Amino acid sequence: MKRYLAIATALMLAASSLLGAAPSSAQSKGEIVIGLQCDRTGATQIVGTVLCPGFHDYIALVNSKGGVEGHTLKVIEIDHEYKVPPGVESYERHKKEGAVIIGVYGTPHIYALQQKLTEDRIPGTSPGFGSAAAADGQRYPYIFPIAATYWSQAAAAADFAKKQLGGSLKGKKIAYLFYDNPAGREPIEVLEDIATKEGFQLKTFAVPPPGVEMGAQVLDIAQRFRADFVISHLFGGAPSVSIKELKRVGYPLRKVVGLVWASAEANIEGAGGFGVADGYYAMQFAGVGTDYPVLNEIREMYKKQGKPAPKEMASTVFYNRGVLLGAIHTEAIRNAVKAKPDGKITGVDVKNGFEKISNFTLGGLVPPLKITPQDHEGGGLVQIWQVKDGKFVKVTDWFAAYQDVVAKHIKEAGKKS
Amino acid sequence: MIHRECGVLKTTYEADMALYPLPIAKYTVAALAVLFFGIIPLALHEYYLSIANLVWIAVIGALGLNILVGYTGQVSIGHGAFMSVGAYTAANFATRLDAPWPVNLLAGGLMAALVGAVVGIPSLRIKGLYLAIATLAGQLIIEWTINHVTFISGGVQASIEVARPRIGPYVLASQRAMYYFLLVFVVLAIVGTMNLVRSRVGRAFIAIRDQDIAAEIIGINIFRYKLLAFAISSFYAGVTGVLYTYYLGIANYEQFQIGVSIDYLAMIIIGGLGSVLGSIFGAVFVTLLPIVIRYAMEAVSGVLFSQATVHNLIPALRLTLFGALIIVFLVVEPEGLNRLWRNIRSYFRVWPFAY
Repeated sequence: MKRYLAIATALMLAASSLLGAAPSSAQSKGEIVIGLQCDRTGATQIVGTVLCPGFHDYIALVNSKGGVEGHTLKVIEIDHEYKVPPGVESYERHKKEGAVIIGVYGTPHIYALQQKLTEDRIPGTSPGFGSAAAADGQRYPYIFPIAATYWSQAAAAADFAKKQLGGSLKGKKIAYLFYDNPAGREPIEVLEDIATKEGFQLKTFAVPPPGVEMGAQVLDIAQRFRADFVISHLFGGAPSVSIKELKRVGYPLRKVVGLVWASAEANIEGAGGFGVADGYYAMQFAGVGTDYPVLNEIREMYKKQGKPAPKEMASTVFYNRGVLLGAIHTEAIRNAVKAKPDGKITGVDVKNGFEKISNFTLGGLVPPLKITPQDHEGGGLVQIWQVKDGKFVKVTDWFAAYQDVVAKHIKEAGKKS
Repeated sequence: MIHRECGVLKTTYEADMALYPLPIAKYTVAALAVLFFGIIPLALHEYYLSIANLVWIAVIGALGLNILVGYTGQVSIGHGAFMSVGAYTAANFATRLDAPWPVNLLAGGLMAALVGAVVGIPSLRIKGLYLAIATLAGQLIIEWTINHVTFISGGVQASIEVARPRIGPYVLASQRAMYYFLLVFVVLAIVGTMNLVRSRVGRAFIAIRDQDIAAEIIGINIFRYKLLAFAISSFYAGVTGVLYTYYLGIANYEQFQIGVSIDYLAMIIIGGLGSVLGSIFGAVFVTLLPIVIRYAMEAVSGVLFSQATVHNLIPALRLTLFGALIIVFLVVEPEGLNRLWRNIRSYFRVWPFAY
């Protein structure tokens, strides 16, 4: 017992001394700090383990070319396991380290930090998740969705279905298969509006968490409702299940479009590979594939260091999103530094930098966003890619649809509170 | 708590039940008060206070769960849901009625107590694992309701923003202000629990935990006290939920999912069932340990591995180490950190003369 006690006391002492001796932030001159939240171990780890390396690689590339106008960028990554309290802690840590911009990760996290970010005047990004109403830059001055929100994604999906079904949706049946949580239900109101406008019949099919059981819903879609098109909005492992189940009941996958979190290589592989999912449409807010100049530059950078390109690059959907994210953050900082050449920028400067981003495409990997003080979404642009012959093939270029409907809902959300 | 007592001869029941069994304890409490109300918030950076705030929220929640699980012996996996009941009640009061925060806090706590008592009804007939599943059902039903009933959740996004609490002209927004705000409730919760467990009600709870049939035979109304335990525990949970909502400025569906219930259960098991100090230790341990491990690994791993490996390694290893340390502590002392602390105390009580 005595020995145990000694060990326990020693452990406690060690723990307390570690907390005391926490590395202090020695912010060297000219260094600009970016806070990045990641989820490499939690519920959405299939995203985090690939997206975050993409982010780091792009920043490393920028730094290897001399940084942003001579200032080095420093990324502090903190993993929060997709839990809220560690997310709050990581935000405070980023703030302490002097971060001028935070890459928030996770819908509950952007909600939890909304008020703090605004009070502390540090811009936070929520690419492709979070509240769609946050596109309203007047109401949420420090929240930047910077990619198509769920509302814009659903609108684009409806438009894509219209094109696939011959230019008119009148009298057609569209099934909306969604994960039964707030994020999954968010687009319904927009879809309902579009349904009235276009005269199609919309039916929603909820998949209860954890989203691995949807045989009944899929059977209903395929054989009772007989949908002309399916819009699927699922997360985590659920997209793979949906593809598998739709295939099993014989529903043609070329009539299914998955929103941005149902559209990665991992989802296709989970369903049994690209052969099984042949025909499936996937919505993207960043370019897919390896054929972009910036990716070649990253490979080149690794070659110069005598290292092989990271294996995460093979998972192009999430990796490219990480690169996109890194690039837009860098761009905002670049605009901020241009306005303040001494490099002593604050969150406010970066916010203004964000609002100057326009037509920054990175050789096609990034949509030609136009972020303004009013519109923090940047236009709600997406691309549709199709699973074909073992890979993703581009079907449409960047497009946005029904932005009037989306704008109406953003306005209504702003009025509500 | 931390004294080397000697010559303490208790001759009355009152003396035995006193909150401060030793005269010196009063000074210790005063010193702790100075430390927590004066030195810590003034000396530390806001970042550390933000961690302290997360700890405070966890402490209140853990105390509440310990009343139910540790003192009354009724297992509950619905603590997160009771927190959400409090949170959404307060958020609705705040946005619809413009009620001030003390009203919302009380309303949130009472509503959670009511819902908790209802969810606790099965405890009259079932025990142990069966009850755990019944409360799990409560958790899922409450989650489902908040997700689907927009009257409660304030829209499909199921999140309601609340304004910062204000006391007179002061708006409590900074971490430092929040620290004081939360600490007051932590003190109330600790004192409240300590008083509860030495009262008639608390002793009835303990009697039910130890042997409910015997308790009934000596005249304890099982029906009333079991539901009371659920209500009190849920009241704490509701208050935790409200404080959490005010701390973040928003009530959001995903803050109170089943993982939260499990986390709180882990806190009180690691800390020690049926002890106030154990709840505090558990809450501190579960909240702080991952952070401490991360700092330690950031300091060490950079020397051994490349940057990209470190990014991948830290989260994974942190999770593993966290789990391993929980096992180690529980193997060393199955009754939790509170027992470990008492062992250390009794070892040093006679130190350096071992016998």
